Amino acid sequence: MSEATKLLEIKDLTIHYITHEGTTKAVNNMSLEINEGETLGLVGETGAGKTTTALGIMQLVPDPPGKVLNGEILYRGEDLLKKRPSEIRKIRGNKISMIFQDPMTSLNPVMTVGDQIAEVIQLHQKVSAAEATKRSLNMLTTVGIPPERSTEYPHQFSGGMKQRVIIAIALACNPELLISDEPTTALDVTIQAQVLELMNKLKREFRTSMIMITHDLGIVAEICDKVAIMYAGNVVENTTKEKLFTDPKHPYTLGLFGSIPNIEEDDARLKPIKGLMPDPTDLPPGCPFHPRCPKAMPVCSQREPARTEIAPDHAVSCFLYEAITPEEAGELNG
Amino acid sequence: MAEKLLEAKNLKKYFHTKKGLLHAVDDVNLYINKGETLGLVGESGCGKSTTGRVLLRLLEATAGEIWFEGENILTYNKDQMRKMRQEMQIVFQDPFASLNPRMSISEIISEPLVVNKVYRAKTDMQQRVEELMDTVGLARRLINTYPHELDGGRRQRIGIARALALKPKFIVQDEPVSALDVSIQAQILNLMMDLQAEFGLTYLFISHDLSVVKHVSNRIAVMYLGKIVELSEYNSIFKDPLHPYTQALLSAIPVPSLHSSKEKIILEGDIPSPINPPDGCRFYGRCQHRQEICKATTPELRELEPERYVACHFAKELKPASV
Repeated sequence: MSEATKLLEIKDLTIHYITHEGTTKAVNNMSLEINEGETLGLVGETGAGKTTTALGIMQLVPDPPGKVLNGEILYRGEDLLKKRPSEIRKIRGNKISMIFQDPMTSLNPVMTVGDQIAEVIQLHQKVSAAEATKRSLNMLTTVGIPPERSTEYPHQFSGGMKQRVIIAIALACNPELLISDEPTTALDVTIQAQVLELMNKLKREFRTSMIMITHDLGIVAEICDKVAIMYAGNVVENTTKEKLFTDPKHPYTLGLFGSIPNIEEDDARLKPIKGLMPDPTDLPPGCPFHPRCPKAMPVCSQREPARTEIAPDHAVSCFLYEAITPEEAGELNG
Repeated sequence: MAEKLLEAKNLKKYFHTKKGLLHAVDDVNLYINKGETLGLVGESGCGKSTTGRVLLRLLEATAGEIWFEGENILTYNKDQMRKMRQEMQIVFQDPFASLNPRMSISEIISEPLVVNKVYRAKTDMQQRVEELMDTVGLARRLINTYPHELDGGRRQRIGIARALALKPKFIVQDEPVSALDVSIQAQILNLMMDLQAEFGLTYLFISHDLSVVKHVSNRIAVMYLGKIVELSEYNSIFKDPLHPYTQALLSAIPVPSLHSSKEKIILEGDIPSPINPPDGCRFYGRCQHRQEICKATTPELRELEPERYVACHFAKELKPASV
C-alpha cells in the first residue's frame, strides 16, 4: 500500500473558535492523510472535532469565531490554506465536495432538485444550460431517483430521497474527494442501508476517495478502508479497518468498543468509559483522555503523547506505546 | 408462570388530519410481564411512541382496552387515572426538550411528589430528592443547578429520577438514549438495568436502535406502520426472524465487526403513508415475498410457535428450514 499516491495530507492542523467566553479548542495539532481511491472513516463522539476538520478542509470554518491557527492541508501537494478564495471556489464542490449531515436542511427549499444539481455543474464546468440539465437528469438516475421528478421541490421528497439528491449534487462534478458528514444519521436503518449501498456502488464506479465522518463503528466496518479515531480535537488512533477491529490499541478505542451493544453476541453488561467528554474550552493538560483513562499514568497529565507508529499502518497517540521513564510511568510510587 | 402487568387489546389510535384518517396505532395487541422489558422497535412514523403514550393515557385511545394489574384503565375517570399515574411513568427521548428550563434540578425531581402531595414536611421531600439523585448517580452538589448547565447524560438521569420519584411499577422508556453519545449511552443503559433489578421495574423500551433494544429486552415487538408484525423472545427474533420486514430490518444494521455473516436485504422504497392505508398487509409494497393474498387480506398476528407471534401469511413457509 506504500506506493499509493497521497491525495490529501493534513499536518499539525489547529482550529480554534475564539469567543468572549473562551476559546474552544476544536482541533489541536491534528495530522491525517488519505490516499487515492481510499475511504477513511473519521470516528468520534460529539465535540471530537470531526466536523470542524471537514470544514477546515473545505475552508468553510465560520470566521469569526473560527480561526485556523496552524498547520497545512496539502491537496495533491498544494496547501489549500495558502490559496486565495477565488482559487478555493474552483476546488470546492468541484474537486472536493461535501455531504452534510442533515438532508432536511441542506437543500434550497425554493429551487427544484434538478436546478440544484444543474447549478453546481454550470458553476464549475463550461457547459450550456441544456447540457447541465441533461447531466443533472443523469445524476438523478445514478442515485436511483426517477428523472421525471427533477422538477419537484425538496419538500416533496422523503428523507432518504433528499439525501440521494444531496449525494447527486456532491458527485455532479465527479470530485476526487468526497467528505460525508454523518450522511445517514438522520435516516432510518432500512433507508440507511439503501444510502450506504448507493455510496459503496458510486465509490467503486467513480473511484472517488472519501472521508466518512461517523460515530457508528458498524458503518466503518461496512464501507471504510482506513480509520482515524478522534478524541478532543486530535487523532488518537489511525490504522486500517482490519487492525482496528482485530487489534485496537488506544484505551479510548477500547472504551468505544466496550460501549456498544453487539447485536451478534450476547453481552450481559456494557463496559462504558467513565466520566464525560472534556469541555473543549478547558481541556485537561497532557493527554486529554487521561481523566477518563483506566490506564492513566503520571506522565499522562504532564505532557501530550506523540503519534507513535507501532506497526506499519498503525499509529497510536498514547504513552503506553511510547518509551517513557519508570518515574513517568509511576512505577516508583507503586 | 410469569404474571402479566399490562396488556393492550385491539388498541387503536387514529388522528384526524386534513388528508384523512391517520392510523398511528392500528389494532395492537401486546402484554408485558411483571419485571420484564418489552422492546418496541420500528422506524420513524411506525407508531411506537404513540403506542407508549396511549398505554399511559397521555393520548386517549380511539378504541381498545388497556389492562393494568387486572383493571381496564380506559374506563377510569380523571381522579382514578391520576392515582394510577403514580404507578406508570415515562422517560422521554430528548433530555434537552423534556425538562423545564426555568426549574432547578430539585424542583424538577420533586414536582411529582408535590403534585401528588406525598410529603408534608419540606425536609422529607428534600431528603427524598437527594436519595433519588444518589440512585441515578447525580452528584448532590447539582441540586440547585438548572438543566442548561448539564450535559445530555446528566439531563437524562434527571428524567429518570423524576420518573422514579413516585416509585412506579411500570416505566415507558421512549428512546431514552437516542440523543446521547455512545460512551454516555452505555452508562445510562447500565443504570436503567441496575434500577430495574433493584426496584423490580417493568419497562416498555421504545427505540429504533435494534442493538440497544436487544441488549435490554426480554421480549421484542417489531412495529411497521401502526401494526405489530412480530413479537417474540429476544433471542429467537435475532436468530431467525420470521417476518420479512424483521429480516430486512435486522440485515440493514451495520455490524461493528469484520466478519459479519449477514447477507443484506435492501428494501425498495420508503415507508408508505399511514393516512388511509389500503387493506391488506402494510408491508405489501416493499416485500420480496408478496403474493396476491397479501394485497387483499390483512394478516393477523398469529402464534406460530409458543410465544412467537407473526403477522404474515407466509411466515411458516418463509421460516428457514435449517436451524
